[in-house]
Amino acid sequence: MRTGFFLASATGLAALIVWGITGLPAFGDYPGPYGDLIANLVKPQRHMANAVSAVVFDYRAFDTLGEELLLFSAATAVALLLRDTRESHVEDIVDATRSDALRALGAVAAITGLVLALNVVAHGLLTPGGGFQGGVLLAAGFAFVFLALEYHSFARLTKSTYSEGLESVGAGGYVALGLVAFGFGLEFLENFYGKGVFGRLTSGGSAFLLNVASSLAVAGGFLVIFSEYLQENMAVRYGRSRR
Amino acid sequence: MVPLQLIAILFVALGAVGVVAARDLVRQAIVFSLYGFGLVILFLVFQAPDVALSALVVSGIAYPLVLVGAIARVRGLEKRGPQE
Repeated sequence: MRTGFFLASATGLAALIVWGITGLPAFGDYPGPYGDLIANLVKPQRHMANAVSAVVFDYRAFDTLGEELLLFSAATAVALLLRDTRESHVEDIVDATRSDALRALGAVAAITGLVLALNVVAHGLLTPGGGFQGGVLLAAGFAFVFLALEYHSFARLTKSTYSEGLESVGAGGYVALGLVAFGFGLEFLENFYGKGVFGRLTSGGSAFLLNVASSLAVAGGFLVIFSEYLQENMAVRYGRSRR
Repeated sequence: MVPLQLIAILFVALGAVGVVAARDLVRQAIVFSLYGFGLVILFLVFQAPDVALSALVVSGIAYPLVLVGAIARVRGLEKRGPQE
């Protein structure tokens, strides 16, 4: 009975979807003016090679501010709800991986992840990538320490003072950079220093600083969320003393 | 459409069916990250490298880590019983 009803409505939906998809224009047919404008103006106006980063950190930096604060509030909510396990109870968690090959591979993966993240953030205005992707890669480098080594190393590296401090520096730094533009007589979050030569790491002006700030905010927020979940789970499963 | 684009779309469709068909929750998280890799290939073939990097990072790293953490927490609560 339920299957019959589902099949009837699914065929109707499939017919509508096929009708809609066949009416789409061909791939690559772009009628709107805004994309062509951006693609033509990014190089002479902003000296940036990555048009997506130019839109995210320069033309529409205010929307990125909203997204940063979204991640910030999500991390704050997770910390607020899951902060009932005190950090002093983590000493009795014993869960080190015993295989030496896994530990070595995990250390190499963590260092590689860290270097790759710094590379993606530093080239944020030149190659595909930028602040957000580099920030999550940075947090993933720390997550490798937990996954392949042990929880103690991870907890020592990402104490709540460090990860929350990183997140606050990122989110607050983004807003502070926007306010610095006021000191130069420009609008909020406008690009305030020299745009540099096209194609170099120093091109793009203060959008590069916004890039770095957003990567710190994303890395810190993701580390806060992950370490809050982890701390609670590890204390329940591996801790020998109760709360 | 170029055959490479068709293959990428087919891979994404198969991955989506696989995510729905996985029964265990942790297994579903792992299959979801494979589906994310299929999405990355799709975005790359359709000439959107920035979106591909974002999809790789979110569906390969951020989403499975937070999901598995949440699943572990719910299972730990169930094991501890109704006193929580």
